[in-house]
Amino acid sequence: MIRQFGITEFWFIVAAVQWTLALSAVAFAGGAVGGMAIALARVSEIKPLRYSALAIIRFFQGTPLLMQLFLAFFGLRILGVEINPWIAAAIALTAHASAFLGEIWRGCIEAVPKGQSEASWALGIGYYDRMVSVVLPQAARIAVAPTVGFLVQLIKGTSLASIIGFVELTRAGQIINNATFSPFTVFGIVAALYFILCWPLSLLATRMERRFAVATRR
Amino acid sequence: MTTTSDPGGRGDLKAGVPAVTMKDVDKWYGSFHALKDIDLTVARGEKIVVCGPSGSGKSTLIRCINQLETVEKGTITVEGIELTAGPKNVEKIRRDVGMVFQQFNLFPHMTVLQNCMLAPMKVRGTTKADADATARKYLERVRIPEQADKYPAQLSGGQQQRVAIARALCMNPKLMLFDEPTSALDPEMVNEVLDTMIDLAQEGMTMLVVTHEMGFARKVADRVIFMDRGEIVEVGEPESFFSNPKHERTRTFLGQISH
Repeated sequence: MIRQFGITEFWFIVAAVQWTLALSAVAFAGGAVGGMAIALARVSEIKPLRYSALAIIRFFQGTPLLMQLFLAFFGLRILGVEINPWIAAAIALTAHASAFLGEIWRGCIEAVPKGQSEASWALGIGYYDRMVSVVLPQAARIAVAPTVGFLVQLIKGTSLASIIGFVELTRAGQIINNATFSPFTVFGIVAALYFILCWPLSLLATRMERRFAVATRR
Repeated sequence: MTTTSDPGGRGDLKAGVPAVTMKDVDKWYGSFHALKDIDLTVARGEKIVVCGPSGSGKSTLIRCINQLETVEKGTITVEGIELTAGPKNVEKIRRDVGMVFQQFNLFPHMTVLQNCMLAPMKVRGTTKADADATARKYLERVRIPEQADKYPAQLSGGQQQRVAIARALCMNPKLMLFDEPTSALDPEMVNEVLDTMIDLAQEGMTMLVVTHEMGFARKVADRVIFMDRGEIVEVGEPESFFSNPKHERTRTFLGQISH
């Protein structure tokens, strides 16, 4: 029997936004930590560190996010770890975000002029203080816009977690559609909700980019 | 800056340990021989001007002294500590060797005062109050105390370079390196920076200066070094160096810059 699409169904979909947001937040927070580690490894003077970070980045850039989710979900099962979709999705997206943020932030760190590090070295400032007080604050200003841009990609990317059975926005839409057979309405609403999440962030990214352009021009 | 044992003087090793000793130093960039068999001793309190055509290795030479460049061969000793012996020594010596760059390299996200306070606090562990007092003292000395709370981008090139000098002085260095400090400046700002450097020289600071400002060299230098193609071609006291250069290459160079 086919259910009517009504207010209950609508709220079911809207309520799933929280899971999309939760997954995005976990992946972004984890990705920020992992991304910083990867970015620092990429600009390190220690060769093995540089190359392992590069290998991680290449792997995540060169494979689809969906495969990364499958690998986390099924791979850990093969290893005998019983894993629920929520954890698998969180692990896969965190690793994914780490690699991409790592590469974005490496670029930002390298965009800070060499002279800044040379001045720090010449003053006897060590690695930690050079990074924390001199290089990273300058890299951060460049990083804001592309980071917010990546966050938008990440939020949309969480929709793939629906395939391993994690009930977030997209999966909720599928469930409702299976019951109501009104795909256009259902996925129209799902798309609209993604847009509401992502659009303000895109605007923010553009504004920050413009502000940075002004700031560097003076 | 402490008043050194040999204010403004010739040095002549009488002050004991020389400030800098470079022995048989060679450096390559790939196949390019950047420094060839450099031997140089700088006495405490001595002021040395290094000149030469671009690509002659003069910047590389002074950048080796605080190991912004590493060398492939030879030994470099600064204040009795051998730099080429390991990274620990490098860290130690960088605290005592101030450097001023062509492009100033001030930290753009910090105020002038913060620029001057960072290294003393982080490297020497100076308290905030002391670092602040020291910074203001040296900003006074380079004659821009009123700019303390501005950001580098709000200052003129000459002012920025004077801040860079003050920043280096805040570490209380035993030796100052200047890498073409006036080359990036508009002509009208060159003198304010040179005057600051002359003051510093008169206070007895040991200085190695890469510059084409020959007026400065005449006035301040104990010795002028001419480099070409990675070699020290000629070393002399300013009078004889300028009026009676021994080498053909030196004559050609001086002819080119002084018309």
